[in-house]
Amino acid sequence: MSRDNVLVSAQWAEENLTTPGIVFVEVDEDTAAYDRNHIPGAVKLDWKTDLQDAVRRDFVNRAQFSALLSERGIGNNDIVILYGGNNNWFAAYAYWYFKLYGHLDVRLLDGGRKKWELDDRPLSSDAVKRDATNYEAKSPDNSIRAFRDDVVNSIGAENLVDVRSPDEYSGRLLAPAHLPQEQSQRAGHIPTALSVPWSKAANADGTFKSDDELRELYGEAGLDGSKSTIAYCRIGERSSHTWFVLRELLGHAQVRNYDGSWTEYGSLVGVPIALGDEPGKIEVDA
Amino acid sequence: MSALAQHQQVAAGCGAPDQAAPLPASVDLTKETVITGVVNVDGAAVSGAYVRLLDSSGEFTAEVVTSPEGVFRFFAAPGTWTLRALARAGEGSTEVTATNGQNDVVVNLAD
Repeated sequence: MSRDNVLVSAQWAEENLTTPGIVFVEVDEDTAAYDRNHIPGAVKLDWKTDLQDAVRRDFVNRAQFSALLSERGIGNNDIVILYGGNNNWFAAYAYWYFKLYGHLDVRLLDGGRKKWELDDRPLSSDAVKRDATNYEAKSPDNSIRAFRDDVVNSIGAENLVDVRSPDEYSGRLLAPAHLPQEQSQRAGHIPTALSVPWSKAANADGTFKSDDELRELYGEAGLDGSKSTIAYCRIGERSSHTWFVLRELLGHAQVRNYDGSWTEYGSLVGVPIALGDEPGKIEVDA
Repeated sequence: MSALAQHQQVAAGCGAPDQAAPLPASVDLTKETVITGVVNVDGAAVSGAYVRLLDSSGEFTAEVVTSPEGVFRFFAAPGTWTLRALARAGEGSTEVTATNGQNDVVVNLAD
């Protein structure tokens, strides 16, 4: 795996804004950001209304995803360049989602919207309309998606990586600190999960650290490269960022993203939870 | 998809609140520790600045973008925090010891 196949620089992106066969797609936490301005020619995907089922807590299905990309004018053979705010959290989530549905060539804009803005590169508020396509999504590749039973079974057996902030991991905070803290789920983390905040994988301008720095980061954290890994956060978007690092940049073979994450795990009845800054041990019934 | 998962509600997202908006009525200031303020350069508010909240060990906790009025807001916990702002106009940081309720802070940028 080479980062050239999965990541593009802001400079490359600016030189390829009008290249046929390349589609820029903005996916933001702040879903109004695109409407204020966006990279010229980019289309928008709303992580909530476009990518989540409106009733059940799950993704849109294969037919819905096919219809969505067809309507936005994205073809099966297009190179999709994803970017967004908040250090590409939701763009990374969309990247993982595009991979789940088997898109052939999808890449992240390194640094996302933040680096683009700090570089003072062009932004436009013009409406963007692309001709519709006949997109055909593949069957979902659940080898990159972890469900709650996978997570419970992995405690003490596989790598679990908690990518939230240290205060969320320890149980001192229940949500990332730009959101109100009153939440229904319990605080803490999954026992045996390593704490490696997603932010350690990124530079201040939102770009990814070098492969050597990333290898050192997860090596020092004690991630056992011979085991498979499940990454989680609160709702699965920050852990997509780490999933991208481990699988797409470092080439780890088996990495899954747990999109249920803490909002699901912290609400389950009967599962073990660890509090504090240490990973914690496997509970043994007396 | 199991029945259990089907019965769970759609999770409240990480949707970034509008930084300029007044505190939502649902926010209980007797329970929340709100750190809010403005980013300035030469006394003028800076919109579109990236503001990070760092914990007492210097670790990243959250990041928001300032509103057109230069305003940012975090929901933290009582304790010592560092706010670090980054914008085209420069960088700046300041420390705050926050308590329950609203804590007001100003971050000044320098080249």
